[in-house]
Amino acid sequence: MIVRIMGEGQVQIAEGDIDVLNALDTELEAAIETDDETEFRSKLHALLDKVRQLGKPLPDDALEPSELILPPSDASIDEVRGMLGDSGLIPG
Amino acid sequence: MSVMKRLSMIFKSKANKALDKMEDPRETLDYSYQRQLELLQKVRRGVADVATSRKRVELQINQIQQQSNKLEDQGRKALSVGREDLAREALSRRSALQTQIADLQVQHNNLQGEEEKLTLASQRLQTKVDSFRHRKETIKATYTAAEAQTRINEAFSGISEEMGDVGLAIQRAEDKTAQMQARAGAIDELLASGALDDFSGQRGDDIQAELDRMGGGHDVELELARMKAELGQGPAPRDAIESGPQNQQQAAPQQAPTQHTQQYRQPGEGL
Repeated sequence: MIVRIMGEGQVQIAEGDIDVLNALDTELEAAIETDDETEFRSKLHALLDKVRQLGKPLPDDALEPSELILPPSDASIDEVRGMLGDSGLIPG
Repeated sequence: MSVMKRLSMIFKSKANKALDKMEDPRETLDYSYQRQLELLQKVRRGVADVATSRKRVELQINQIQQQSNKLEDQGRKALSVGREDLAREALSRRSALQTQIADLQVQHNNLQGEEEKLTLASQRLQTKVDSFRHRKETIKATYTAAEAQTRINEAFSGISEEMGDVGLAIQRAEDKTAQMQARAGAIDELLASGALDDFSGQRGDDIQAELDRMGGGHDVELELARMKAELGQGPAPRDAIESGPQNQQQAAPQQAPTQHTQQYRQPGEGL
């Protein structure tokens, strides 16, 4: 499964590792819902660190669509909410 | 995995929407390539913008550092003539400038970080654009409706994702650049209006003025003493007479022969 960390690139994650990410992602979503910036930051970083740790980076010239996409590590809670709210991520 | 999944779905639906708009997949590919070239231009402009902002902040840091050094000199000078209050004032103004320098340093570091990120984005995009150009030509050359459509869809999803990613990185970098430029501009304006000069130039100058005044006052005292001696009202302080011609030097090696002429010339000047 290919996962993209925005601004960083894509990594390949083994299917067996997805459950761990799932759990972290659920915590991240909860943090966004409670609008807790500190909590959000720590959950986002936990998730991104896990992805980096488990994943194998794809070469820069690979053109594979990612199955999962993650916000950049320095994104704010508002920014992520904006992305989820579908406010024009793709130019054109 | 809601956050990850939702983001991915948004990317995919956008890619499909863009693909549906195009009737001929080959046109889609050309259009997409065009967009990538435009993005590349934008990234390069962004890098230049950030670098410019960084240099401006560097310049400001240097300017303020100079003012800070000047205040330090003034503080030392004030202390050497026994004006501890004045020295303290100069040093407290200097510490305000140091705070300002620290703030600018933070801005400078931020800008440097942005610059590095943007340079990386630019390199990545360049690789993508090059590789896409090759793939585009291959797909177009081997185009048959069913087969190519699948491959184009795949390629397009990947490209859209990459474009969206880079586009977002650019947008954030541009936002930050604009912010930094606004801040740099604000500091420029403050310096021009004199508000910041309160900390540095203008007020620094009043310290200088006071130092000068003190120097002048000292000379006046010497002059007075010398004139009194001349009129026989008091003992002539040695160094006062000697310092007559130079107005500033206390232990000038001028001796008796010149004193005579000075005594006639100086009173006129003194008045």
